[in-house]
Amino acid sequence: MKYYDKLIFDLSKAGRQGYSLPSNKWGNSVSELPAGLKRANAPALPEVSELDVVRHYTNLSQMNFGVDSGFYPLGSCTMKYNPKINEEIAAMPAFAGLHPLQPASTVQGALRLYKDLSAALSAITGMAEFTLDPFAGAHGELTGLMVIRQYHISRGDLKRTRIIVPDSAHGTNPASAAVCGLQIVQVKSNAMGLVDVEDLKPLLDDTIAGIMMTNPNTLGLFEKDIKEIAALVHQCGGLLYYDGANMNPLMGVVRPGDMGFDVLHLNLHKTFSTPHGGGGPGAGPVGVAAHLVSHLPVPKVMEAEDGSLYVADGTCRCDSSPEGAGTFGPACGCAPECKCGCQACGQISGFMGNFGVLLRAYTYILMLGKQNIKMVGPLAVLGANYIKESLKDVYNLPIESVCKHEFVFDGLADQSTGVTTLDIAKRLLDYGFHAPTIYFPLLFHQSIMIEPTETESKETLDGFIEIMQHIAAEAIADPESLKTAPHTTPVRRLDETTAARQPILRYISEV
Amino acid sequence: MAFAYFPHTEDDIRQMLDRIGVGSLEDLYSDVPQDVIYREEYDLPDAMSEHEVRQYFEGLAEFNTSLFCLCGLGAYDHYSPAVIPHIISRSEFLTAYTPYQPEVSQGTLRYIFEYQSMITELTGMDCTNASMYDGATAAAEAMMMAMASTKKKTRVLLSEGLLPQVVKVVKTYAKFNGVELGFIPCQDGVTSYGAMLTELAVGDVAGVLVPGINKYGIIEDLTGFADAVHAQKGLLMVYSDPSSLAVIKTPGEWGADIVCGDSQTLGVPLCYGGPYVGFLACTKDHVRKLPGRIVGATKDVDGKRAYVLTLQAREQHIRREKATSNICSNQSLMALYVTVYMSLMGPKGLREVNELCYGGAHYLYEGLLGTGLFEKVFDKPFLKEFTLRALVPVEKIQDALLMIGVFGAVEVEKGLVNFCVTEKVSKDNIDAVVEYLKGLEL
Repeated sequence: MKYYDKLIFDLSKAGRQGYSLPSNKWGNSVSELPAGLKRANAPALPEVSELDVVRHYTNLSQMNFGVDSGFYPLGSCTMKYNPKINEEIAAMPAFAGLHPLQPASTVQGALRLYKDLSAALSAITGMAEFTLDPFAGAHGELTGLMVIRQYHISRGDLKRTRIIVPDSAHGTNPASAAVCGLQIVQVKSNAMGLVDVEDLKPLLDDTIAGIMMTNPNTLGLFEKDIKEIAALVHQCGGLLYYDGANMNPLMGVVRPGDMGFDVLHLNLHKTFSTPHGGGGPGAGPVGVAAHLVSHLPVPKVMEAEDGSLYVADGTCRCDSSPEGAGTFGPACGCAPECKCGCQACGQISGFMGNFGVLLRAYTYILMLGKQNIKMVGPLAVLGANYIKESLKDVYNLPIESVCKHEFVFDGLADQSTGVTTLDIAKRLLDYGFHAPTIYFPLLFHQSIMIEPTETESKETLDGFIEIMQHIAAEAIADPESLKTAPHTTPVRRLDETTAARQPILRYISEV
Repeated sequence: MAFAYFPHTEDDIRQMLDRIGVGSLEDLYSDVPQDVIYREEYDLPDAMSEHEVRQYFEGLAEFNTSLFCLCGLGAYDHYSPAVIPHIISRSEFLTAYTPYQPEVSQGTLRYIFEYQSMITELTGMDCTNASMYDGATAAAEAMMMAMASTKKKTRVLLSEGLLPQVVKVVKTYAKFNGVELGFIPCQDGVTSYGAMLTELAVGDVAGVLVPGINKYGIIEDLTGFADAVHAQKGLLMVYSDPSSLAVIKTPGEWGADIVCGDSQTLGVPLCYGGPYVGFLACTKDHVRKLPGRIVGATKDVDGKRAYVLTLQAREQHIRREKATSNICSNQSLMALYVTVYMSLMGPKGLREVNELCYGGAHYLYEGLLGTGLFEKVFDKPFLKEFTLRALVPVEKIQDALLMIGVFGAVEVEKGLVNFCVTEKVSKDNIDAVVEYLKGLEL
């Protein structure tokens, strides 16, 4: 990768323009607006030509590493190949040109996509119904927790404001719970890296709203006591939430609904191949078991008796409306089976989620079909175990077990060199690989979390294994080359301390 | 079982299983209780080829109707320059993730820094984050920021002039987050200053959220709002359309502490409601409460200009149960979308977009009043969308417009309808619509 040092502002020259707009024939002007409503000075945006823009952003892209650039074994992020057909379908003008408030009669195709994708996700996960409104995994978590709270509240069970979260959970789990107004109760992992059932039992009482589980967990290990955990949590009146960030190894093999989960979210940008886009847009659909369907958020797509589809916005279509600030649950007194959406936990997105991402995910599902879906999980798990077994002599494997889609090393087997996980990650960049997830999970001090996905070939994995072995050897022979890595990237290690102490968060003209 | 997205040959699988020391792929699930393994056929369609997938979606598309858009209300049909899809399709941007490894993510980090610079410039704020999901969730995050910044206060006030979907989402977050909401009614089509003072006098107000341009399309005059809110030690939050801020008074100029909104107006396609891109900006006093990713400038060990995720102690993955937001990633690629848009437009282009919208909207406004089907409701300044009272049943007008492939006259309140004009609408388009409506007997 080459280094390019410009910001778009550096290219600006007064009088240049990069746009073409229709000529103005209206004969009036915003200058007619009252003086008190107008901006004092024009914004200092860049003035550049179209080619300036194209070349600048092309240059920037060349300082970036994506899945298309090379192997990206970032644990818990499922960096699988993003098929190109997904992009073409999402760009179809017949979908991209739809206004979200268009009448249902003019968007039957879009609404059918919602129904069909929901049905496909239900088939894959064993849940009764989905909302596709959440924008991301964390947003899905929050939505799912809102559904859980709404369920308890609708039953008048108002004490249930505590949620159990394992110590190995993704950081978003406790954060989502806190935003949802729940208190977090942590449950420990046992020596095998699994939820400690004995530690769990005394936590279960009538204040527990539920438990958030990731299965396989963030160590890549399957929670084999899941059915016992499900029974215990259900006995105490709580619900089970499944964090679908780690769904990929189970795709085509195990359905979370069959393990006893009541609510889950999926990350379409992980398991369903939609591109990560440098950190979004993603999508985090939430699926629920039958007894929770009426609490899914609005707007929701419903089917009329004549088979046509419409959007229920949560306005009670019965006698009275549930609208009312700060009140919990429907005020309209409808039965839980009511279909108008008035039992919903609320509205969680401006319209109906990241529709463009949903189109991509359904494209992927159609390409996979019922045949290929069965191989997604097994091939992802095969790759992870292959790397683990190939490297466990030179890297420290804290828990010896068959893993699922990912696994965690706790640094090098030989810890005497002083070479850290950070050094290993940076050295990998020199060799043309993206680094794994590092320093997570928090259970170990030198965590290196590796997830290869099912779209990587044996040759790619062999290349990675060889370099990881080479780095382990370098750590002994030439630790300095690791401590100062990377050497070949557009920039080298950054001064992050000054960046945080004296934050510069926007461009300031030097003139 | 060969499939385009699986590179494994039978021989590869055999060799890999041998290395692992198991006999079959099924053995890799030996730790999973056998009774949860799903052995039935999945209720999914048969696998399709690319060509068949294309045909499937072309068939589905026939059930959609492409309409000529004269509707706003939170989603705007602005023109999107040809350059943008080409740039955001570059796979180095498209297939990367959050820039955890800055040495190989300078492309992403640099465009986010540019994005932050442009959003702060438009809003008149000191800092912003790397983007939010959409405008409505950005407003909910603004509410939670106000709560976190003014500890011990329990209430947030919302103007009833905010878009209905924004109010609904904020209400949902407030309900579960334990925030008590109060509402400020509109009077003559704008947020009532007097009603706000009454609500503020009740006390305990962490912040007040008002629109810059409200659901009637009217540009709000926020004179005195900041002083009144600050006098009660609360924060003024403004929900803004960033495109409009090239010409109308900025939230910074009004004295706002937090600004939120949706940057969809910066050329992002309608796409049935998403992906869009929310933004959240604030004065420097509140940067430590700003959720999400933030990119800062720094240098590498060789002294080269470089960028990095910074102030990470704020973030949810560090704070875990102490977090006041659960935002993890954002809408990064859409932030790139609007950054490229703003780069192409520059200050002159963005002004001209507003001029074209303003000119067209006022022309349509007068034209519609001349049809006899509408009357004025408010006599207040507007930019690109406006509200009229329908003198005949609203459904009849909507249906008549649909007959000629036009989407407009969406009801904002009983009998009050919205119209919106962007730079994509010509004089001929408007003349045709107005003439058609004149000739109707509704």
